Amino acid sequence: MARWFAALWPPLAFGALVLGGWEAGARWGGLDPMMLPAPSEIADQFRLGFSSGIYPQHLGVTLLQAMLGFVIAIFAGVGVGALISASPLVERTLNPFLIAFEAMPKIAMAPLVIVWFGYGIWSKVVLAAAIAFFPVLVSTILGLRACEPGRLDVLHSLGASRAQLFRLVRLPSALPFIFSGINVAVVFVLLGAIVGEFVGAKAGLGTLILAANENLETARVFSILGLLAGVGMLLHFGVTALRQRLLFWAGPQAGPPTA
Amino acid sequence: MTAPDGQVAQPAGLSRPRDATPLISVRELTKVYPTAKGERVQALSRISLDIAQGEFVSLVGPSGCGKTTVLRILAGLIADYTGDVSVSGKALHGPSREVGVVFQDANLMPWRTALANVLLPAEVLGLNRKQAKLRAQELLTMVGLEGFERKLPGELSGGMRQRVAIARALIHDPAVLLLDEPFGALDAMTRDTMNVELAAIAARSKKTVFLITHSIAEAVFLSDRVLVMSSRPGRIVEVIPVELPRPRGLDIIADPGFAATVLRIRRLLDSVTASALPSIAH
Repeated sequence: MARWFAALWPPLAFGALVLGGWEAGARWGGLDPMMLPAPSEIADQFRLGFSSGIYPQHLGVTLLQAMLGFVIAIFAGVGVGALISASPLVERTLNPFLIAFEAMPKIAMAPLVIVWFGYGIWSKVVLAAAIAFFPVLVSTILGLRACEPGRLDVLHSLGASRAQLFRLVRLPSALPFIFSGINVAVVFVLLGAIVGEFVGAKAGLGTLILAANENLETARVFSILGLLAGVGMLLHFGVTALRQRLLFWAGPQAGPPTA
Repeated sequence: MTAPDGQVAQPAGLSRPRDATPLISVRELTKVYPTAKGERVQALSRISLDIAQGEFVSLVGPSGCGKTTVLRILAGLIADYTGDVSVSGKALHGPSREVGVVFQDANLMPWRTALANVLLPAEVLGLNRKQAKLRAQELLTMVGLEGFERKLPGELSGGMRQRVAIARALIHDPAVLLLDEPFGALDAMTRDTMNVELAAIAARSKKTVFLITHSIAEAVFLSDRVLVMSSRPGRIVEVIPVELPRPRGLDIIADPGFAATVLRIRRLLDSVTASALPSIAH
């Protein structure tokens, strides 16, 4: 209990100080509510959004898009990564295109993706997956390459097939690397979904932000940003928990995602 | 699997210490490595050796003499060589079920428990799961790791990890156990203990053992015969029989026969590596 408190009081105190100062500035310091509304106002909007059922509904859409994109990005990233590391020819063939695709800001594809996949969820799923694909791909390739040759020798001396090598040694050896990519991907899919919603969507937290912004409901915008921060953190913790379950044998990973 | 003592006829006239049919037979083995500059380095030059069923043979030599290359060829990890290599009378082309290998590093899969690591070859070879599990338990007991079945490699000491690796190499009941400096990474005291254990394991499992080491004392302590290699190109300069009674304890170091054999090999190695720096192999 005491240790808990020791770890938590500095960020809690800092947060309380900032919020307190902010609230005071809004009430008595003449802060423009259009620029920086009071935290109490933001909290009111937050409550209203949930009690009216609007936030949960749109959050569900955004989360669904992000999660579908996440799953697609993981499967595509690990799959293509495995293919590339399995065949030098595939690697040489795809490498320039992958580098070009990676160098391009994927967000710039958003209008085109909307044209292709419409205003429904799938355009956002595709955008989220496209953005999150690369961190998974790169970490998979690095992880598969970093496999200790000694572990492979053990399997080679038994005449193991390529499939056995992959399943029994290469993939599990690469998992710590792949998870660092997944940690980045989980943040990226949220980004992809929101940006996709900005460009064109029927529902989702991104559309709510746009609407609130146009109506100059700044407190509402802030409340949605807060919600997104919370969701992002939950997703990150979810990935961390999954990592600990799957990678009980590897050391704990320190620090925040490198997004 | 074939019977360890294959009935294939062998060329006559080769000296064999115990059995009429050598379990491992190597004839005129030569291996050339291409270098980055396009030159060719001769790693092994016309190596011939026989190892009889149940025999414990060590290969000693200076670093870089090609000892490990010999072992990797026997393990089926190097395929492009010239010469004839056969195990149990069958020409060796690639990995063989008749061979179990222990490397310098234990090379355990850190996500598998000790038991699951021992079972890995059984999975690769598609052996009966239940029987393999029973056997894995027995082997772990034999290497002194009863009660550690569920531990992860990260929870085991270096010596324990190497014991797991030995059990893993034996799970598919190979005729031959190949060991590539298996205790090289261990501290001297653990190493002595492991050598006593290895001698006991070899005796109990009745396996034919081929050990690569740079430690002369280790080779003499464990072996029936010691093959001495020179480097550049790697070739076998002499075969030294070890005429010491078994079972051998660590106090055999005080035996004059032991000291004489170690000294003899030491002098041999010194003469073949006269130009090189003197090594401090123990």
